[in-house]
Amino acid sequence: MRMQLHEPAGPLLSGRDLRVAFGGTEALRGVNIDIHAGEIVAVMGPSGSGKSTLLHVLAGVLKPDTGSVTYNKVEITALNEAARSALRLSDFGFVFQFGQLLPDLTAIDNVTIPLMLSGVKRRDALRQAATWLDRLGLNGHGDKLPGELSGGQAQRVAIARALVTAPQVVFADEPTGSLDSLAAENVMVTLTELARATGTTVVIITHDPRTASYADREVIVRDGRITAGQSAEALRL
Amino acid sequence: MDNTQTLLGLLGTGPSYGYDLKHGYDRFFGAEKPLAFGQVYATLARLLRDGLIDLLGEQPGGGPDRKRYEITELGRARVATWMFTPDAPEPLLQRNLFAKTVIALLLGDDAGRLLDGQRAEHMKRLRELTAAKRGADLIKVLVCDHAMFHIEADLRWIDLTSARLTELRAQVAGA
Repeated sequence: MRMQLHEPAGPLLSGRDLRVAFGGTEALRGVNIDIHAGEIVAVMGPSGSGKSTLLHVLAGVLKPDTGSVTYNKVEITALNEAARSALRLSDFGFVFQFGQLLPDLTAIDNVTIPLMLSGVKRRDALRQAATWLDRLGLNGHGDKLPGELSGGQAQRVAIARALVTAPQVVFADEPTGSLDSLAAENVMVTLTELARATGTTVVIITHDPRTASYADREVIVRDGRITAGQSAEALRL
Repeated sequence: MDNTQTLLGLLGTGPSYGYDLKHGYDRFFGAEKPLAFGQVYATLARLLRDGLIDLLGEQPGGGPDRKRYEITELGRARVATWMFTPDAPEPLLQRNLFAKTVIALLLGDDAGRLLDGQRAEHMKRLRELTAAKRGADLIKVLVCDHAMFHIEADLRWIDLTSARLTELRAQVAGA
């Protein structure tokens, strides 16, 4: 069940002193970050800087070794896996670099998946999915398999799948990484315009400045630490 | 590139003569266009007049090269302000940014911080251009795109230099 959103009296999503190590390699070394409701934030940094790890920790996919993540006043790092999984399904949407659509399902069926996992009946799910495909300019493509779509079209299906449950936060990991310049621009225009229209918070992981320029602000991750662009509020801690 | 601030920054590494300053400048920044002696002495005279440097001593009967200069506290503050104030993104910014980075390394200051500041300024301009493209006609979109590609080139240089600061620090120290 979706969390009831509290009135904004602080950040919607916060990470405090986040530390993650894989073997002897420290991916995050004490990250503090605040993201407010409705913000579009780009997390930038070179390859291997820890930015994708940060996304996984903020989204409750990965538990940090130490530190806490608070979403909507709930410490999600204290939840068990089942509760975090339920939270991801109800409140979060995800867009990945290669869309990660299920190849044997049509575009529209891919979009219905999160709805049906949430208990929505198939007929209602299909109707909602069709509406979102229309909003994303994919009218007439619903019955195509992912392999029959261009990279940009497939990524827009992935955006529809991420937004169809009306999530509070969308996490996008290199959403334009596999696209040419024009397709990348269309994807970012689509994602950010829909997010702004619906008040959805978006966290975009990218190494590409142009993709990041669609965000309200950017934070820079380097060697597992946020080195620039963080809010003064978090830096004071 | 701001030659006045760059010379002042070089003087921040320790007292020096005009002759040595000219050669210090040329070693780092004068590969394509060495600084003329006349420009060095004119700049030093201005810096002296403005209280940014002091004259340490003058040997009687000597030429301009016999004068030894030292940066003042006011001069150090001026260099710090120059280094840590991001420039407006524009073509050929890199020479000035390169000068700031090298001077920061020579003074043992935080070159990473000034690069981060410049990156933020560039990203701000990139966001403005992205916003300007929204709903604009194709002509305006293409004009914005042209400006954006130049800013992206600067950003790539900033990122690469940030990643190579340790190496650059060692090279500058050994120059």
